[in-house]
Amino acid sequence: MQLSEGVQLVSFGILSAMAIGFALGVVLLPSIVYSAFMLGGVFMSMAGLYLLLNADFVAAAQVLIYVGAVNVLILFAIMLVNRKQEFEPLKFGWLRNGLTAAVCGGVVYLLSSVAFGTNWALKPIEQISSVVVIGGQFFSNYLLPFEVASILLLMALIGAIVIARREYITELPNQPEDVEFALLERPRPTISSATSLSEGE
Amino acid sequence: MLELDFFLTVAAILFGIGIYGVVTSRNVVRVLMSIELLLNAVNLNFIAFSNFLDSGSIRGQVFSVFVITVAAAEAAVGLAIVLSIYRNRSTIDMESFNLLKW
Repeated sequence: MQLSEGVQLVSFGILSAMAIGFALGVVLLPSIVYSAFMLGGVFMSMAGLYLLLNADFVAAAQVLIYVGAVNVLILFAIMLVNRKQEFEPLKFGWLRNGLTAAVCGGVVYLLSSVAFGTNWALKPIEQISSVVVIGGQFFSNYLLPFEVASILLLMALIGAIVIARREYITELPNQPEDVEFALLERPRPTISSATSLSEGE
Repeated sequence: MLELDFFLTVAAILFGIGIYGVVTSRNVVRVLMSIELLLNAVNLNFIAFSNFLDSGSIRGQVFSVFVITVAAAEAAVGLAIVLSIYRNRSTIDMESFNLLKW
């Protein structure tokens, strides 16, 4: 990276403040759509941090995969399951949130004290072309994980389709004329109908 | 000068926020988003270590690419499961998904 040290430090500060602020927005904002957009902000600022760490290929992959695919997928899921629902408050909900916040603060303190307290075996940074080196690693040392990752993606693709699809009725017996065509969903037992059946018996 | 500790601290803070979101969120989709935050924090650690300790053969970046792949697969399958649960129970409240509770 050809930036001067002051510029690097200032941009690190801005990017990390953006990442932490957007992450707080993801967790704390009441509207789920806003927090999805905040998640996109987190991904973009993480890509900026990767650029500061000389990882240009991973930064591009982050923008393409996370912002372009995962975030859009999450937005579609929000659209599909969008239901204005007031969650009824839990018993001791505030206590649970407080305990969780305390534990998370402890984890952050522990991790950062380890980060500052350890003598890392730092090496001087070599200027290499990261795309060439990553490609070489993929096809020499990490060939098996690379191929397994492709099979994993295929499995996830098929599995997501199988889990999320609906079954439609294709055969329509004694269908009247001028019926309005629509895809009829095959009814299947849901939890609520099953419980009402068992209560009825 | 940028140091390794700064990046590790930012990653630790993001990890803490992600764990808080996973545990306390009521909305299922928000839990999935918090898991993405956790994976991003781990990726930042990987890349920081690969830059400061192993900048010749950047193995941390290779691992972070694998993590990104698994995260994409996880998001797809997780959101499909959320959709399926929503169709069956017509709610997105984490607290009402207690089918496996004893």
